[in-house]
This record gives sequence, structure tokens and C-alpha cells, in this order.
Amino acid sequence: MKPFDYHRPETLQAALELLTDPGATAYGGGTNLLDMMKCGAALPGTLVDVTALPGLQGVSRAADGRLRLGAALRNSDLARDPLILAEAPLLSEAVLSGASGQIRNMATTAGNLLQAPRCPHYALPESPCARRDDRTGCAARDHAGRDHAVLGWDDSCRAVHPSDLCVGLAALGATVEIATLAGRSEQPLAALHPLPSAGRALEPGALITAVLIPAASLGLRARYVKVRERTSFAFALVSAAAGLEIADGRITRAGLALGGVAATPWRRAEAEAALIGAAPGPETFARAAALLLQGASPSGENGFKIALAERVAIRALSEAVTPRAGQAAWPGSVFDAPKEDTPDVA
Amino acid sequence: MTLRLIINGQAQEIALPDSRLTLLDLLRDHLQLTGAKKGCDRGQCGACTVLVNGRRVTGCLTLAATLEGAEVLTIEGLSSGADLHPMQQAFLDHDALQCGFCTPGQIMSAVALMAEGETGADPDRVREALSGNLCRCGAHPGIVAAVCSVLGEQG
Repeated sequence: MKPFDYHRPETLQAALELLTDPGATAYGGGTNLLDMMKCGAALPGTLVDVTALPGLQGVSRAADGRLRLGAALRNSDLARDPLILAEAPLLSEAVLSGASGQIRNMATTAGNLLQAPRCPHYALPESPCARRDDRTGCAARDHAGRDHAVLGWDDSCRAVHPSDLCVGLAALGATVEIATLAGRSEQPLAALHPLPSAGRALEPGALITAVLIPAASLGLRARYVKVRERTSFAFALVSAAAGLEIADGRITRAGLALGGVAATPWRRAEAEAALIGAAPGPETFARAAALLLQGASPSGENGFKIALAERVAIRALSEAVTPRAGQAAWPGSVFDAPKEDTPDVA
Repeated sequence: MTLRLIINGQAQEIALPDSRLTLLDLLRDHLQLTGAKKGCDRGQCGACTVLVNGRRVTGCLTLAATLEGAEVLTIEGLSSGADLHPMQQAFLDHDALQCGFCTPGQIMSAVALMAEGETGADPDRVREALSGNLCRCGAHPGIVAAVCSVLGEQG
């Protein structure tokens, strides 16, 4: 591992000043970054540990009623938080369906947002990778397997964003609070995970301080469904988060996002618009899912993901119809799977 | 940099030789606490599981420098004298190991489950909660039985 300086500042100002060094990187739980440093895919000269910073902790209610998830909040604390369980259990479900108990005790909210792609070529400095190093091309172009993207990819990169949490946050319309020495700003979650064609997300020297969930969120009629190659401690082949607001038998608001299919949690305004005003049911959900997958194409031996994603989206929407609150979530895709089959979209 | 922390109940003051040192390497190479094992060194196998401030973590992905003031509990600190912790005794009673390499991590992870209190003695939930601890010998049935027996008595 390349040597580095380690700092654990106690004020945001001190952290932001340290982060103006171009070789400095914010450090949370380290579950991904330290791993990438060990294999040589990340080479920071300075680590700025943000876990002692006030204002980056816990789940709280912002003055405008939104839920505020601290950037340094540990995944397991997020999953067990009473406010999350009461108002957005979808997020607890998503977090608990990822990683292991040990990793969730360490990993943070912002670290989850900014985690590296799990494309094997990214973690192998000997492999060309445009995501890791602008100059070198893409080894996955000739060796793409089952795990890569089917939406929004191009020849510069076909890696997917590996997060479960971010898929849930995308469906709920979350925004990200960012601090720089110039002040604080907010941006949509999607801006943090640009498609390969769009360039870098977070400007140098910026620090994520929180994630904000809209008030009156879609969190109660909401569901996260994850399909993976083994029942625990595996990334999604495909996952879907759906949130619905239903009044008088009609859908009045909707959020729908897919994981495991693109460099970003995949949303499409047309798919959500198709749900609004319609009666919840198999036909409505199949129409929205088809719109969400429009234009999908295999980037390797992963054509199966397209039909799978459509079905997982339909299942998430179908399960979202029944409201839930205050329920202690448990990895739902394993233990709470409904007995009836999801309608076939073929 | 001097690191002050408590390991297995003992206050320690350690001159940190390098910011790159992980908790696992600190325990094994500098403190001769070799119970926690280095399996993958990437957070995937759980053989290095220890408790930090009562929560299970992987020692291989924890930088020692982050632990100022922390309380660390390893397998060496689990028994009181000759009296085994109930989880250690249950692993013996259920023959929950073959080679034993993963056992310290399995036991520390299982001890954390007692405090997390979310699985009860439900084998499905215990399997899910222990998915961060791999056993290449395939002793998982015995491990789950051992853990469930302790969690069942805990009520």
C-alpha cells in the first residue's frame, strides 16, 4: 500500500481545508476505500477521516421536515433507526440486503454513495480502466461477463453502480448535501453517479455531509427487491426499488429505480409518469417496467438482465402496494418473498 | 503517533509505526494476539472478526489509526480464566469446526449477534446474520446449531 498521512479533524472547516490537497480523500468506514488502496486501485496521499465531524452523524429531522441521513452514519445504524423504520423502511431493507453484518457496522452513508465499481478490471491496476485512470481504455470491452450494464453504457465503461442503498434513495427522490469551503449546496442523487458519457461527479475538495429524503416520502408503500447469485453477501444481479402513493384507487405519485443495470440507479421519468393516474395492477406495472427498460442492450453475456430487470421491477411495484411502517426490516428478498408468482412479461 | 486504546480490558499505549497498519496486523504482528486470522485480508471471509466498542468488524479493513480511545475485544479476551464463554462452549458441544481457522471469527461474530438481538434462535436468520463468516471446511450446520443453542437460551 502506498504510504499516506492520516487525519481525523473535529471541525468541518478543518476537514475541508485538508481536502483542498488534490491527493486527499475523505475516509469513512474504509470498507471499500481501504480495499481499493490495498490492491493499488486507489492511491490517496492523505486520508481525511470524517467520522468525528459533528453534523455528519445520525438520522434527524431537518427544519423543512425532510429526513436527514448523516454522511458518516454507519449502515447498521441507518437500518435500525426508528425514524427510518417508521417512514422509509425501504431503506432499511435495501441496506440489510447488502454486504455482511461486519461490513454494515463499518460502512457509512456517503461511502456507500461513492463506492468503487466492482468490475474486476477496476480493482486490477494492470488492467486498462477509464474509470480508474482516464488514459487507459477499458479491459471489460473485450471481457465483459454477466455482471455489467444493460442501460446507459458505452465503450468507455460498462460497470454498474453496486449499491443497494442508492437504488432505494433514488426511488424516494433523495438529494445530497455537499460542503465546500465556499459553502453548502444540494444536488440530486443522480448527479453523483453520472453515466460514462458524462464525466466526473463530485468536484475536487467537496465533501458529502448528508443525504436528504423528501418529506411525505413514498417510503410507506415501498419495497426493495434484490436478485443475486446466492442468498446473502452478494451484489445484485438486478434489483428494484418502488415507492407509490395511492389515493382513491389511483396512483398519485411514484418512484421507481433499478440496481445492477447501469452506472447509476436507473430511473426514467416516462416510466414514473406512466404510473401516475393509473390504477395499481399488473397491466399498469408491466407498462411502466417496459418503459423503464426501453433501449436496454447487452454489454456482454448479460442479455438475461433485461427480462429479469423488467420482472423484478414489476414485483417491486406489486409488493409496494401494501403499506408498511414501523416494521423491523430484515433482508426481504430472502425471507418475505410472497408465494404467488410475478406476472410474466414475455 | 501514539495510539491509546483498550484491548481485552487492558489499557494500551502503542507507538503506531505506520498509518497503514490495520487492526488485524496490530493484533497479530505487534501484540502477539494471533486468534484473529488473516484469511482474505479484504473483508470477505470474516476470519479476522473482532469487536470494536461492542460491534463486530473486520480487523483487516480497520485502520489502527482510527481506533483512538476504542475498546477492542478479541477471542483471547472472551473467556474468564478457565471458564469458557457460553459461545465457545457451544462450539465445542456442537463440534462446530474442523480445521478451526475461521473459528475465532465465527465465535466473535456470534457473540455480537447476542447483543444485536435480531435473529433469535431462527436458523434462517442466524445463517443470514453470519454470512460474513465463511467456513471452507463446511462446518456451517454445526456452527448454526451452536449459535442457535446459545441464542435460544438467551431467550
